[in-house]
Amino acid sequence: MNASRLCLATPDLARPPSDFFKELRQRVAAGARLVSFYGRPSDDPAEVVLTAVFDAADGLMVSRASILREHGFHSLTRDVPAFHIFERELFEQHGAKPHDHPWLKPVRYPAGGAARPSDYPFYKIEGKEVHEVAVGPIHAGVIEPGHFRFMCLGEIVHHLEIQLGYQHRGAEALLLRGSPLALAPLVETLAGDTSVAHAWAYCDALEALTDRPPDLATETWRGVGLELERIAMHLAGLSGMCADIAFMQGASTYGRLRTTAINTSMLLCGSRLGHGWIRPGGVRLGVDGRTVAALTSNLALIRRDIAIINRHFCQARSVGHRLRGVGVVSTGQALELGLVGMAARASGVEIDARTRLRGELGTQLPIQMVVETSGDCWARASLRIREIDESLAWLDAAIAGQTTPAAAPAQRGELAPDRLAISVQEGWRGEVVHCLETDAAGALRHYRVQDPSLRNWFGLALSVRSNEISDFPICNKSFDLSYCGNDL
Amino acid sequence: MRAAVIASHVLAVLVLPILVLGLMNRTRALWTGRRGPPLLQPYFELARLVRKQSVYSVATTAVFRVGPLVVLATALVGGLLTPLFGVATFRFPYDFVVVAYLWGLGRALLMLSALDTASSFEGMGASREATYAALAEPVLFLTLGTLAMATGQTSFAGLLHVAVQTPGDVVVRAMSVAALLVILQVEAARSPVDDPATHLELTMIHEVMILDHSGPELAALHYGSAIKLTSCAALIATLLNPLAPSDGALRYAGANLVLVAVVAVLVGSIESLVARLRLKAVPQLILVAMGAALVSLLAGTWTGGAPG
Repeated sequence: MNASRLCLATPDLARPPSDFFKELRQRVAAGARLVSFYGRPSDDPAEVVLTAVFDAADGLMVSRASILREHGFHSLTRDVPAFHIFERELFEQHGAKPHDHPWLKPVRYPAGGAARPSDYPFYKIEGKEVHEVAVGPIHAGVIEPGHFRFMCLGEIVHHLEIQLGYQHRGAEALLLRGSPLALAPLVETLAGDTSVAHAWAYCDALEALTDRPPDLATETWRGVGLELERIAMHLAGLSGMCADIAFMQGASTYGRLRTTAINTSMLLCGSRLGHGWIRPGGVRLGVDGRTVAALTSNLALIRRDIAIINRHFCQARSVGHRLRGVGVVSTGQALELGLVGMAARASGVEIDARTRLRGELGTQLPIQMVVETSGDCWARASLRIREIDESLAWLDAAIAGQTTPAAAPAQRGELAPDRLAISVQEGWRGEVVHCLETDAAGALRHYRVQDPSLRNWFGLALSVRSNEISDFPICNKSFDLSYCGNDL
Repeated sequence: MRAAVIASHVLAVLVLPILVLGLMNRTRALWTGRRGPPLLQPYFELARLVRKQSVYSVATTAVFRVGPLVVLATALVGGLLTPLFGVATFRFPYDFVVVAYLWGLGRALLMLSALDTASSFEGMGASREATYAALAEPVLFLTLGTLAMATGQTSFAGLLHVAVQTPGDVVVRAMSVAALLVILQVEAARSPVDDPATHLELTMIHEVMILDHSGPELAALHYGSAIKLTSCAALIATLLNPLAPSDGALRYAGANLVLVAVVAVLVGSIESLVARLRLKAVPQLILVAMGAALVSLLAGTWTGGAPG
């Protein structure tokens, strides 16, 4: 069952909630990793259906139960901190209160909700030596809105609180409005810098619901799109990190190579951001001998130049001095908080959906997981460098022998009724989770989207503790999290 | 003749900073594989700012408006007192002390006008500026004092002309150049101490103190900072100048200008090839400059310079 998707008949929800929560604790105790925990409205308006998704030894596992909204439930956060953001979300969306939650604050600001951004209950530190620095939600650069409040002792950050939600668009509700087979363009804009991963996760879940699994060639070309996106975004991240520490050669060279990477996507699918690459039932690529040759030569160019700039970057003592030991997240902290993706791997946590949850593609074309252990900004930079190398190697293997994509999108089919499909794809930032559920008539009744940023923002807040406030920008860039992916 | 010298010095104080800044930006561009902006680009940007209207926050007072003018005025007077061409147009005993404290006055007003905005960013910038300036000042005086001791001169015009006769003189020269280079990076807020190109307000020192200024005031601040940069570069150039004024005034002045350009290229190259220091490490860099100044002092004492 080690596939990126899981499709199961929606189970009977008539079980006591206490059993459900006991099961959650048992699964965590047995070493399963929490992937998602969310609610959806029940048929009975007084109730809410809870779903917990775990990544266990033998693949994805799901626990479900229905609880009364007004009773709420006893929070698991104190014992398993990875639940914290999910419980806050659950409370905000469905009003089911997680009792004894230590940090029950708004996540986003849904329209019509009681919470307002100006009333956010910031953590306070009192004292003569303490000063607060507020940054945002409008920033000096052209970036998305988010508010950062630092509680500092001189130049040292004692605590950082990150308040997001300014970009909440009600994406999950929006996804239920259109035809479930035609959601790809919307899904691609949920978090614009990780479009391919979201589109793939959506198609994966949808193909599970229509029971038309794609063939290996299609999966391979999807993988090519995902790895190109990863290379482009890792290059953009490295370029941004170099710019933040004023290492100008790195900033310009990594930036230039990123252009080559996104232009390669343009060449294949007509969009530099990979929009339109993946569609239900197949891929939508204009691939012939000429484009494959151009793809190969672009990758060769990236490989040649990146080796040179990597050498400069890794050998510059000023760069190492600037990045090492800054913004450390320990392995224990990463595990407790439930960090995912790149941020987790930089702290020595071995999770990568590409090596575990990939089915046949993973067996035929395996990719090497990259892990760093120091958990600092240097680890997050060198993880990017090494992942680019792995992705380039994987692309070589994937492209060899492929000339044209097998299947053009031809998905027309009915969604199976009463099903829950869950898919996980490893985007460049981390695991992207899509959970689609159908009702008895085969219509989509709930769509759950989860971007890795949702879980990793707290990691950023933790990483800057006891660091200099002037090191926050480099820590922030090293995580490179999405605001809109969090706010949805 | 005197009038021509004064006129050319004034002209140099006004024009040279723009070219020095342009040359630095060009150098950075070339190192990063770009063609770079025209040499006169800083002038166009100043001209653009001067044409704009200033915007004042309601929280600010007159201090906020006076600050930039004092910064520009002190930088201009400092520029007139520094030997841009290697020879001093205006000189009097201990003029270097006046220049150092003119810069200090400008800095004090800049910090006050930053604090006047009541912004937490600008407050942090002012605090950083005060810290690093306090550390850099002893280095500047130790360096210039050693040079004064080594040459027996008490004004910029004489103390920068270290005769090269003994190995000790070479050490004095080289170490003073090293110390002054760090002083330049601190005083003019250049990388690796500060990053004039960053948009990250939490990491800034000098740039964050001028965030709320706009229009002509911002132009005055940029211009003043460029003049200070050029003055520092001229000090280093004069110290490096292999010729003596007796070799012909024009040749000597020309060599000095070329060396100012060399210093600009050198500073630009350092900025391109080295990442910026962590703020915590900046005092260590200043400490290195202090070490250089001390070595210079020891070498100067060893060779038995006449006490000034």
